[in-house]
Amino acid sequence: MLNNLALILPELILFIGAMGLLMIGAFSKTDATRTVDLGAVAILALAAAAAGSYATDAPATAFNGAFIMDSFTSLMKVLTFIATAIAILMSQSFLKLEKLARFEYAVLLLLAAAGMGMMISANDLIALYMGIELQSLALYVVAAINRDSLRSTEAGLKYFVLGALSSGMLLYGASLIYGFSGSTNFNDIAAAFQPQDVQLPMAQVLGLVFLLAGLAFKISAVPFHMWTPDVYEGAPTSVTAFFASAPKLAGMAIFLRIMMTGFENALVAWQQIIILLAVASMVLGAFAAIGQQNIKRLMAYSSIGHMGFALVGFAAASEAGVASVVLYMALYVVMTLGTFACILSMRRDSGPVERIDDLAGLSQTRPFMAFCLAVMMFSLAGIPPMAGFFGKLFVFRAAIDAGLYSLSIIGVLASVVGAYYYLRIVKVMYLDPPADEVNEPMPRELSILAGVMTAFTLLFFIYPTPLVELADMASSVLVQSDLSLAVD
Amino acid sequence: MTDWPLLSTITFLPLLGALFILLVRGDEETIAANSRAVALWTTVVTLILSLFMISRFDGSSADFQFVERASWLLPGIDYAMGVDGISVLFVLLTTALMPLCILASWHAIQTRVREYMLAFLVLETLMIGVFCAMDIILFYLFFEGGLIPMFLIIGVWGGVRRIYASFKFFLYTLIGSVLMLLAILYMYWQTGTTYIPDLMAHGFDASVQTWLWLAFFASFAVKMPMWPVHTWLPDAHVEAPTAGSVILAGVLLKMGGYGFLRFSLPIFPIASDFFAPMVFAMSAIAIVYTSLVAFAQEDMKKLIAYSSVAHMGFVTMGIFAATTQGVQGAVFQMLSHGWISGALFLCVGVVYDRMHTREIAAYGGLANRMPVYATLFMLFTMANVGLPGTSGFVGEFLTILGTFQVSTWTAMFAASGVIFSAVYALSLYRRVTFGQIEHEGLQQIADMDRREIFIIAPLAVATILFGFWPMPILELTAPSIDALVAAYQEALAAHYGGTQ
Repeated sequence: MLNNLALILPELILFIGAMGLLMIGAFSKTDATRTVDLGAVAILALAAAAAGSYATDAPATAFNGAFIMDSFTSLMKVLTFIATAIAILMSQSFLKLEKLARFEYAVLLLLAAAGMGMMISANDLIALYMGIELQSLALYVVAAINRDSLRSTEAGLKYFVLGALSSGMLLYGASLIYGFSGSTNFNDIAAAFQPQDVQLPMAQVLGLVFLLAGLAFKISAVPFHMWTPDVYEGAPTSVTAFFASAPKLAGMAIFLRIMMTGFENALVAWQQIIILLAVASMVLGAFAAIGQQNIKRLMAYSSIGHMGFALVGFAAASEAGVASVVLYMALYVVMTLGTFACILSMRRDSGPVERIDDLAGLSQTRPFMAFCLAVMMFSLAGIPPMAGFFGKLFVFRAAIDAGLYSLSIIGVLASVVGAYYYLRIVKVMYLDPPADEVNEPMPRELSILAGVMTAFTLLFFIYPTPLVELADMASSVLVQSDLSLAVD
Repeated sequence: MTDWPLLSTITFLPLLGALFILLVRGDEETIAANSRAVALWTTVVTLILSLFMISRFDGSSADFQFVERASWLLPGIDYAMGVDGISVLFVLLTTALMPLCILASWHAIQTRVREYMLAFLVLETLMIGVFCAMDIILFYLFFEGGLIPMFLIIGVWGGVRRIYASFKFFLYTLIGSVLMLLAILYMYWQTGTTYIPDLMAHGFDASVQTWLWLAFFASFAVKMPMWPVHTWLPDAHVEAPTAGSVILAGVLLKMGGYGFLRFSLPIFPIASDFFAPMVFAMSAIAIVYTSLVAFAQEDMKKLIAYSSVAHMGFVTMGIFAATTQGVQGAVFQMLSHGWISGALFLCVGVVYDRMHTREIAAYGGLANRMPVYATLFMLFTMANVGLPGTSGFVGEFLTILGTFQVSTWTAMFAASGVIFSAVYALSLYRRVTFGQIEHEGLQQIADMDRREIFIIAPLAVATILFGFWPMPILELTAPSIDALVAAYQEALAAHYGGTQ
């Protein structure tokens, strides 16, 4: 029992911390928002440290194999918790200015982080579902946290209805899988599939497809992306920043885990689907973003596109492929948070602004913010020497190794189309004359965070080894056999 | 070789200068003045260092020299720098043109001077890196990274249609390059290394070479640019500020030709041989067609831009002739075009700074008021035409000579291109400088001042000096080019010998 508890230490820290902070917030005489925020960051740091301590240990399971801890979960949890902590830090000034500062916000994000931790560590369909639901419930609430705003409540409701639909699909798929394999444990499911079985039983394929659909919804891969632009646009910007970062990491982590361990023998069945999702996400993300005027909506399509690129590495289904997805997601989260640090700072006297045109001439009025955002845009576009280029490099390397040439060609062409809309933001900031109304200065913590993430993005190329090695280590535990041999 | 990493120093010194510019504080005037000074000194020191490097360069060896190697990204993908007889001169061309560009922008650029100088210094680092990189991923990093500063230089300090031009430049080049990236990754998968000498020695299958060659061709043909993907160049040139045009024509276009020499010929010899007729046809069309197009231009910069496309036609033709003379001529032509076209754009910049128009019809009779300008402009016009005695002649002559042995028809078309170039270049010169001054505004136009003469004089010296005495350049490049051509012919012989 104690052994089990030791393995779920990061989640325990988060749960107990969230409850404690909830008490502090509820019973404090004065406004405890700031205390709770900082406490939440500290708890997340603690949980990240606890998760990180498993980095080199051999894989271990708890609760009869429902919960697993290895170097893959360790890395993904650390990244997720750090991303959540940064999202909390970034939201402070924004929420205060928007008069949305409530202590429940940080508590909800902590609970979401706990849910994500459980998702990442899930080694069982039930555990997976519990983790996803815990995370999603917290997310539904924070999406609608600006309850007086029609857009925010609409975003929350939309997210809830569509999220419930996808959870239903996932559950249906899980029940079919359970019915045919007789277990909810990933390892047992894997054993139920005949290795390299070409003709899978229909019901199993059906279950797999439903499961895939539910998970694709969570990472907003096309064609399950419909909610993303509306929720990103409607939710308060600080919530959008969080949505675009940590939950994507956790979603991708469990997606990788379930496919690479539970369905490793059904590779032929799901690889085609992943390829399809990747192509559709990259292409739609690239083309649909072109016409956007709202920067949050643009970032929604951008994140759809980036999920597509990450899925390219996924489709390779090799050790290099999984490593590339991990690396890509880590870099994607840094870039996304850095971008949102700038978007959160888009504010005039009249309040926050979200149109791309509101950035006009920013390089002359706010040079630092413009520089950070420009670096992020070039990085998201995948232009060297920014970090985003290396993400794409590794992903396409894995795809080329696996012989997925057409997918790679579609991918790089989509990245050129995508470069157009990222460039458009740089153009507005650097090439257009300044608008009459000047952007407010960046809040201090946002400028520090944006500066740190810009420096990371810009200088990653000098010493990329640590992150590359961590990603390699994480993928080595997930890929037991060389699955890429199954691909011709 | 030496312990001190000389190439890295030369490459990254401009970045250090950029850092200094970032630290400059004060009011706008002070920042502008200090930024100019820091940029000038940085580029001058870089030039001195690269001159030092070339003095230590062993011209009798075909090997890479000043080699540095350190592990970097993945096993087989290293940080590797080195220069051979081909690349060393491009490094020098870059570092030599940079101070002139800074000087040419001294008064012409008055807005956002700090950012301008930053962009140029970053661009210099990336350009030198392209020619020094011995790892193909590293090469790609520098090659693509150069798009960012150039995008900003055209977009921020350019002319009326600068936004269109900068986007076109960026996206055109990018779409060519991403395909090359996939080819690079494929090569890495096949060989487990991206170290260029190892790749040269690998010998890919003939069928694989075809695809890889096409992917590389997509990138370099756009960069070069070759007909029919040249349309971004006139737009970019017309809108770019003078110094931007000089760098664009002087160095950035050469990356395409350098890429063909460094990758296409040695790594994919069989595919290069297979596609050579296609390249010949495209080169011949470029030479004849863009010369005619140039003749029809009303904008001085556009005319010179089209003439650049035509001159690059000679380069591609010479490279894929794959004879010693052809390749030597191509390298010489690239270098010589580097300073001649740079000088021509500077000449346009001189009158543009005074009259703020590039329309040919707005000028006429400049020889009456600007004798020095008329003389220098004539020299570079003649060099552009390829008059014997100028460096323009040597390159064109050698490429035609080299191609004649391989494809008589192409050489004939190319030779006729020399006549066409005389048509457009001489008519440009006549319309701008000869005749009576008819426009009111030109009555008081002043001749070139000392700064302007100082900028153009070194280019004039190079044009005449290497026109009469091309041996230093040819001797320096000879060992590397001989080795390249020998390896190429050997690979072909092995392939065709084996299949017969």
